[in-house]
Amino acid sequence: MSSADSGTEPQPAPAEPAGGAAAEPEAPPVDEVRQALLDSLKAELGDSILGAEIAGGDIWVRVDRGAWVDAARVAKTKLGMEQFCFLSGMDWLPNNDLSAEKVWDPEAEPTNGDGTGATRTYETGVAGGDTRFQVFARLFNPTTSVGITLKADLDEQDPRVGSWISVYRGADWHEREAWEMYGFTFDGHPDLRHIYLPAEFEGHPLRKDFPLLAREVKPWPGLVDKEPIPGEDEEEETPAEGGDGG
Amino acid sequence: MTTTGTDWRQAAYISGQAADARVNVELETEGMTLNIGPQHPATHGTLRIVCRLDGEQVIWADPACGYMHRGYEKLAEVRKYPQITTLVNRIDWLGSFANEVPFILAAEKLMDIEAPPRAQWIRTVLFEMARIANITLFLGDMAAQLGAVTPVFYAFRDREHALNLIESATGGRFHPNYDRIGGLKDDLPKGWIDECKAVMRRIRDFCDEMDDVLVGNEIFQTRTRGIGVIPRDVGLEYGLTGANIRASGVDWDIRRDEDSPLAWKDVDWKVWTHPDGDSFARYWVRLQETREATLIVDQLLDGLPAGPIMAKVPRIIKVPAGEAWVHTENPMGEMGYYIVSKGDIGPFRVKIKTPSFNNISITPWLLRGVYVPDVITILASLYFILGDIDR
Repeated sequence: MSSADSGTEPQPAPAEPAGGAAAEPEAPPVDEVRQALLDSLKAELGDSILGAEIAGGDIWVRVDRGAWVDAARVAKTKLGMEQFCFLSGMDWLPNNDLSAEKVWDPEAEPTNGDGTGATRTYETGVAGGDTRFQVFARLFNPTTSVGITLKADLDEQDPRVGSWISVYRGADWHEREAWEMYGFTFDGHPDLRHIYLPAEFEGHPLRKDFPLLAREVKPWPGLVDKEPIPGEDEEEETPAEGGDGG
Repeated sequence: MTTTGTDWRQAAYISGQAADARVNVELETEGMTLNIGPQHPATHGTLRIVCRLDGEQVIWADPACGYMHRGYEKLAEVRKYPQITTLVNRIDWLGSFANEVPFILAAEKLMDIEAPPRAQWIRTVLFEMARIANITLFLGDMAAQLGAVTPVFYAFRDREHALNLIESATGGRFHPNYDRIGGLKDDLPKGWIDECKAVMRRIRDFCDEMDDVLVGNEIFQTRTRGIGVIPRDVGLEYGLTGANIRASGVDWDIRRDEDSPLAWKDVDWKVWTHPDGDSFARYWVRLQETREATLIVDQLLDGLPAGPIMAKVPRIIKVPAGEAWVHTENPMGEMGYYIVSKGDIGPFRVKIKTPSFNNISITPWLLRGVYVPDVITILASLYFILGDIDR
């Protein structure tokens, strides 16, 4: 998987428009601090960097999952990212339709998790992504006050990545949480067990195909406050367009 | 799940059994397992800490969280943006307003709108009020953990004034739900500024009282100095933030160090640090911060700009697609929201990074080798709120 990715991905990745729904069209001045961070990361990790984006005073770097631990080590030793902020996961399955009467509809889409559903497209976010699952983490340099978001794509069938415990001890609880909520396995974590949920809990609640039972029985009442005011339709249209354009 | 996990559990079990069976010949003590919590005055809620003891010494401690896990990250995915402030209010319930601000700022960052100056200043005032209401309680409560009862009454007495102010401005004592995308719900009520200044004087008096009653107290110093020392690099690796890391000598405050739309850059104030990293340092830094917060509020009230409190925002709020991370220096430490939007009326994913979760994750490391009475001091000085750990 990773070899197939690295054959196609590394070169076009930085210019890839798919990830950049939020790409800045007005071309702001180059963020020199973060560009330097990205350059030193590239010098250390080379082809393992699959995508990167610098926008709005922030930087996202997507690395190959094989280089996940290396990326942390480089960030800590070379970039001075001493502070571990958080680590969590992402499930790029489409969100359930908010405006629908029933929020979670089991018949609407086959989300059995057997992967490769040809109809499903993953609209991934900043710095791109190839697979359904992504692990992402935030590191911070308290001296220069510059932070970085690292991401790595994980295999849908067997979401597995190296553990950061050897680099940041604080990753312990965060990886336990990601294991519990998303079912990611962190190789090298000494103690993957439930942190919030009871030990016998089954399933991974933050995955998009895990039903929110309360909302399944009854739609969230807050969603239906469509105030019937005359002229509301026009008003609704204009700001929506403006919002998309901006 | 993994074999390493099983091995670890076996090792923990065996060492626990060994600790239980160990007999200290000299002192004639036996090992035991002690459950602190879920209901204990020192735990501010329902945190359970399982301690393996050898005599009076802790050899292994494991906090068990999750008694108050409410799944806000999941719930946020089925709500609209303006409705989420109601949820995040309940994360750190002692300083609720401060929870709303970073979320709103993150949404505003994605929408590329900015609230008018007056709204930003009032936000900053209330943010610092939330800090005062929150930390005041800590200042008294820490003494209660050590067996001194008076300071906690002082704390509740003076926090009441701050809460009354928050209530008169926002309508809610604990859960203001006052921040809106693009501004605020209301302007400040008439006469609020004068009342607020009087309360700030009271809070400063309270800080002086704590200085006299507690900080200079010999018993307090003996119980806290050199107890629970966190070195700088370990604290950073565990992601400690706020006063906990400033007490370890890290000069880092998001309010000062980063560009924020809020008004901290417009007033004159100081970041306090302490080199020791022990329980006393954490108390001392928080005490200074409370005093500093009152000074910030005073200056902000003096310079409060006139103007509208709400920017022009669409009535149905749709946030453009993108990802944004915004963090602020909350009473407990760094709080941040990582919002992933797909251009919908609700977020695609909200990662809520809370300070207490990181702050408490250090306890297995920190409690190893300390004595049972110090467990309480250390937990109190790390200062956590259960809702802030469990989200």
